Amino acid sequence: MIGIIDYLAGNLTSVARALSYFGYKWIISSDISELKKAERIIFPGVGAAKSAMESLKKFGLDEFLKESFLKGTPILGICLGTQIIFEESKEDGGTKTLGILKGKVVRFPDPLISNGEKLKVPHMGWNKVIWKKSHPVFANLDPDYEYYFVHSYYVLPEDKEIILGTTFYGIEFSSVIGYKNLVAVQFHPEKSGKPGLQILKQFCEWKP
Amino acid sequence: MLSKRIIVCLDVKDGKTTKGVKFKNNVEVGDPVEMAEKYYLEGADEIVFYDITASAEHRGIMLDVVRRTAERIFIPFSVGGGIKSLDDMRDVLLAGAEKVSINTAAVLNPKLIYEGAKAFGSQCIVLGMDVKKVEPSSKIPSGYEVWIKGGRQPMGIDAVWWAKEAENLGAGEICLNSIDADGTKEGYELTITKMIAEAVNIPVIASGGAGCPEHLYQVLTKGKADAALIASMVHYGMYSIKEIKDYLNNRGVKVRIKW
Repeated sequence: MIGIIDYLAGNLTSVARALSYFGYKWIISSDISELKKAERIIFPGVGAAKSAMESLKKFGLDEFLKESFLKGTPILGICLGTQIIFEESKEDGGTKTLGILKGKVVRFPDPLISNGEKLKVPHMGWNKVIWKKSHPVFANLDPDYEYYFVHSYYVLPEDKEIILGTTFYGIEFSSVIGYKNLVAVQFHPEKSGKPGLQILKQFCEWKP
Repeated sequence: MLSKRIIVCLDVKDGKTTKGVKFKNNVEVGDPVEMAEKYYLEGADEIVFYDITASAEHRGIMLDVVRRTAERIFIPFSVGGGIKSLDDMRDVLLAGAEKVSINTAAVLNPKLIYEGAKAFGSQCIVLGMDVKKVEPSSKIPSGYEVWIKGGRQPMGIDAVWWAKEAENLGAGEICLNSIDADGTKEGYELTITKMIAEAVNIPVIASGGAGCPEHLYQVLTKGKADAALIASMVHYGMYSIKEIKDYLNNRGVKVRIKW
């Protein structure tokens, strides 16, 4: 069973529906005793870092996530989930986050200029990933595939070795992270069509 | 870099897809769930359902369509038509839509944009706008007026002003429909699309008037739109999404061509 962490950060049903599509069993919960039964964990979320951290703490999910990582449970971070895995987000005037991985989360520069044109923030829509390293969760993906992004902040990992893929939007930012039993993506695999579903399936089969 | 999005719009009435010209004379063209899945598999970047019945008794039918669609398509899709309250938004989002589109209700009660963005995030809130060309005046300096109720009632509000106001209130995207161009297949309204795309810092989806791939090229380049909405072009089998995207790609517009 796959545990989807519910910390009041957006609609999680689309992640669940994508898992159901492959016949995987899941629970959406903020209850640690329920989530402890899960063999792997998906940590999704949209919204702002500060209120997300408050909810995580309220349910004790911050400690649960750290313990799960140390225990070796496969974890997939998505969008805001990915950002919160790092130490600090510049959102809301600076928010201390989980710190499972070293690094911080920053906003796209303002103005963000590319070829003399001002780019809109949030970065919203379909974009590619430039793959830097191979990984079983991201195996066999055509480099021309695109993924659906919606975000204004991105992660700056301290250890560049954990960057599996980057994306260009005015600047080049880290969009796919992998470290031990943890993988994390800035885009939404559950909304990225066939390649996104493939990533979710490969995560569900992954034995780190 | 970001791809320009091709969004397929399905007008839904009593659980069936329909298509009309200038908001009138709707004819049935198929089952919305099957059509949405077909377009998803053919490479649409996003799907929009527009509920044109939108009465309380038909709300359940629409939510059922949304629920069944969400089980089968894994790209963003939005739902508009008759959404008047936070509860309406919540119902649609929980049924599986990624975004909600509000139009008339937002003009009559702009606070709804703010409240929706606060409750569900700006990325969920699309402001739908129906605009019509008028003589520029002090009240409507852009020369484009906002209409509501499916293009039946003029509001005396300037389109560019309203787009900026909606952005300030927290709208995450604007779907701009030209009443003059809608259903004509003669091309998008480039002037107002460009004016609004340059006035706001949120994505603008151009809607109304697409008849051939050249029209999409025009609105995504000259019109500065971030996305183009299409309906009849694909509903009647005149073009496939792949043909449209190949055309745009060959003309140097970045679109998602592998899926």
